[in-house]
Amino acid sequence: MLKYIVKRFFLMILTIFIIATLTFFLMNAIPGSPFNEEKTSNAVVQQNLEKHFNLDKPLPVQYVLYLKSIITFDFGPSIKQPTETVNSLLGRGFPISAELGIWTILVALISGITLGVVAALRHNKLIDYTAMTIAVLGISIPNFVLATLVIQVIAVDLKLLPAATWNSPQHMILPIIALATGPMAIIARLTRSSMLETLTQDYIKTARAKGLSPFKIVVKHALRNALMPVVTILGTLLAGVLTGTFVIEKIFAIPGMGKYFVQGINQRDYPVIMGTTVFYSTFLVMMLFLVDIMYGVLDPRIKLHKKGGE
Amino acid sequence: MLTETKETKDQHTPSTSSEIPDEWFKPKEKDAESAETVVRPSLSYWQDAWRRLRGNTLAMGGLIFLIVLGLMAIFGPIFSPYTVSDGNLPEQNLPPSADHWFGTDNLGRDVFTRTWYGARISLFVGLMAAIIDFFIGVTYGGIAGYKGGRTDNVMMRIIEILYGLPYLLVVILLLVVLGPSLFTIIVALTVTGWVGMARIVRGQVLQIKQNEFVLASQSFGTKTSRIIRKNLLPNTMGPIIVQMTLTVPTAIFAEAFLSFLGLGIQSPFASWGVMANDALGVILSGDWWRLFFPAFFISATMFAFNVLGDGLQDALDPKLRR
Amino acid sequence: MEKILDIKDLHVSFTTYGGEVQAVRGVNLDLHKGETLAIVGESGCGKSVTASSIMKLIPSPPGKITKGSIHFKDQDLTKMSNKDIRKIRGVDISMIFQDPMTALNPTLTVGDQLTEGLKQHKKISSHDANEQAIEMLNLVGIPNPKERMKQHPHQFSGGMRQRIVIAMALICEPELLIADEPTTALDVTIQAQILQLFNKIQEQTGVSIILITHDLGVVAKIADRIAVMYAGKVIEVGTRREIFYNPQHPYTQGLLNSVPRLDQRGDQLIPINGTPPDLFSPPKGCPFTARCPKAMEVCENVYPVHTKLSDTQEVDCWLQDERAKKYIAT
Repeated sequence: MLKYIVKRFFLMILTIFIIATLTFFLMNAIPGSPFNEEKTSNAVVQQNLEKHFNLDKPLPVQYVLYLKSIITFDFGPSIKQPTETVNSLLGRGFPISAELGIWTILVALISGITLGVVAALRHNKLIDYTAMTIAVLGISIPNFVLATLVIQVIAVDLKLLPAATWNSPQHMILPIIALATGPMAIIARLTRSSMLETLTQDYIKTARAKGLSPFKIVVKHALRNALMPVVTILGTLLAGVLTGTFVIEKIFAIPGMGKYFVQGINQRDYPVIMGTTVFYSTFLVMMLFLVDIMYGVLDPRIKLHKKGGE
Repeated sequence: MLTETKETKDQHTPSTSSEIPDEWFKPKEKDAESAETVVRPSLSYWQDAWRRLRGNTLAMGGLIFLIVLGLMAIFGPIFSPYTVSDGNLPEQNLPPSADHWFGTDNLGRDVFTRTWYGARISLFVGLMAAIIDFFIGVTYGGIAGYKGGRTDNVMMRIIEILYGLPYLLVVILLLVVLGPSLFTIIVALTVTGWVGMARIVRGQVLQIKQNEFVLASQSFGTKTSRIIRKNLLPNTMGPIIVQMTLTVPTAIFAEAFLSFLGLGIQSPFASWGVMANDALGVILSGDWWRLFFPAFFISATMFAFNVLGDGLQDALDPKLRR
Repeated sequence: MEKILDIKDLHVSFTTYGGEVQAVRGVNLDLHKGETLAIVGESGCGKSVTASSIMKLIPSPPGKITKGSIHFKDQDLTKMSNKDIRKIRGVDISMIFQDPMTALNPTLTVGDQLTEGLKQHKKISSHDANEQAIEMLNLVGIPNPKERMKQHPHQFSGGMRQRIVIAMALICEPELLIADEPTTALDVTIQAQILQLFNKIQEQTGVSIILITHDLGVVAKIADRIAVMYAGKVIEVGTRREIFYNPQHPYTQGLLNSVPRLDQRGDQLIPINGTPPDLFSPPKGCPFTARCPKAMEVCENVYPVHTKLSDTQEVDCWLQDERAKKYIAT
């Protein structure tokens, strides 16, 4: 188990390193360096830039110093807003995005798993077809379409909930619905198919032969095994939710990290793009690492497998 | 002898044993082959898959929708008197009418025409992404799975790292650097997109490699490339086709997503994503048709590909064959 | 001897994509207390379905008992509600499945899986349940049972796992144990050990056993009586001695000729040609006709009359008919 964790950990560090390097060289590959004066046209900004990216030094030195700044979590200044740094944007935006993200994941997990399990237990019944049609629709409708739809219907026509910003729990409901539907649909489909497969396993037959109640069979014997695949896609799902926040925050005018990121892209604010990309990637890779470890804890077979490999 | 048997079969079957005629107890002369005949008609893999797909109403609906959509993307603009980029300013923001079936946008451009041009771009991006993923993924995964051992180990390490990279972030980064265009969008989508396909192919190949027919061709000294082409690929086609069907909607969605970040196809050309993004600001003012048509076609296309993919998955799964 | 199980005219069908498969078509079987009955036959002959039907464990849908009764002591199991049958499962009747590698839940400890049946059916403290489980593991021959209780299934070998499965089936002291191909997935040496274990358990607990297998070698070792199934019907039943030394049905004879036997040296192995009929549309006559070396006109058209040869041996074959004997004699 320890060896497994260590191996995963090094893979994580390597991935972060590759992303940081890729970002650095891609940005430097932009014709006519993004950091020269015509593009910034502001003395204070130019000074900040030169200081942070050591533009007076040769490229390899710049690279090394850049890596160093990343290790210390210093992502540099913003070009367009002289008073801001990437860190200050992150500090303000990230907690809001995280709140949105965590709620989304929770809602998606709970509703997706419930839907999937119910569909599997009522296999080929009306409820199964209904749940799976909802799920395919959920996967098919892009979140921006859903977002505008819920704004139009629930906020504008019915006036049930506020349409934009992020001031109270009521404000959170629509963005969470818009963002959680896709992941929920994916989880529901995965849970259903893996539950169906688990239910045909011999150990489920054994459990039935023991005279256990259907509820106990599902909860104790089937669910834990059926949810393994769901755990494995959590990382990918998280990445989807994270990129989804870019769109959702823009539509709902939520002052989260995604909004700053999109703003950075639209204004070609390169240090912001670089900084947030590296930050996001690091965050995601760390989450993937945690998911891997969680999988190892949940599935007792992994420990032995790794021990056996030593 | 045989015809006689047939005739007696058609006769009335005795209900009690005493009614049975004595001569029925004569030992029969047997022809050896009759025991070996298989009663059920045997269907080839593809025939059987097609039969099962045809029985799946939802998947067939998806397939028909996609065929119609493809035809409209090719021929639709021909039937329209308008062009994709020429606006007619006095006619801006008109609701759907006999002249403009899907209405017009804020520059007076015909939404109907733009929708089919959008279909061209969106479908092209999706199909190209799927085809390129297919070629890279099958080559890479095929080699890794077939060679095995050290080669496989190194190749899988690379995949593991690429897989760890957040897909859309890499795409965004590349497009920021390369500048958005049809070509760069497809490049960016496929740079890491093929990884999923490669993993599937490798897994399939590893499984099938153990089969005897592959060992047999190996022992005849057949060349590696030929074994991959002739033996492995046909047997891995099922999961590959399913993966491709699911890559298309992912790419279409990604392109729409990029449009939101201002990294999609640039005006005056249209993709559904660009059209929807342009319309987002005005949805609240009541010009619903500008968002509705591109959004509807994105959703319907993704739905069609998803149900078709599901249907193919069921139809091509050898485990489900009976 | 007391009869504890009586199956009468059992029909089981599966609704599938291609139509209705009549997997079991009128099976009659009984079982006495403390007896071991083996059901043998090729795969797909309906033996597993028959066994699973006893505890209503056939997957439903698509499977369904369409006709017949299964009396366990005084109750008809086919008429019981799901809730009532759960009180029978694991307590009065237990079942063991073919593959010990998959019969245990990989994510739960062995101890947990052993005791859950006890806790479900009997009012018992965790401590007592554990004690009983350890005792059971001892009985089936697992060393260090106390430590082993905390381990997961993957930490055991195949043979060990089958012992655990057996312990699990016996922990509530059932009167009937149904074992579906319990040795098929095991190495030959382990097979012998497991069969020995069955004998030992029967001696100690007096449990009745129904053993499903296609392996006549297994049958020869532990069965008291044997039922031979073909295409969803029991075509011959008798004591072990009767079936092995005086088989009457050509299919039974064919089965015996197709396995190596130590007691009849020099004989060639004779395979049975052909494959069993398609149960989508079962033949109206004897299902073995197409493969039978002694087939007659009548076999194809009318299902054979059930003939009692002794108190214990019964067969469904037209060769028993006087008229057939007449022709053979001439």
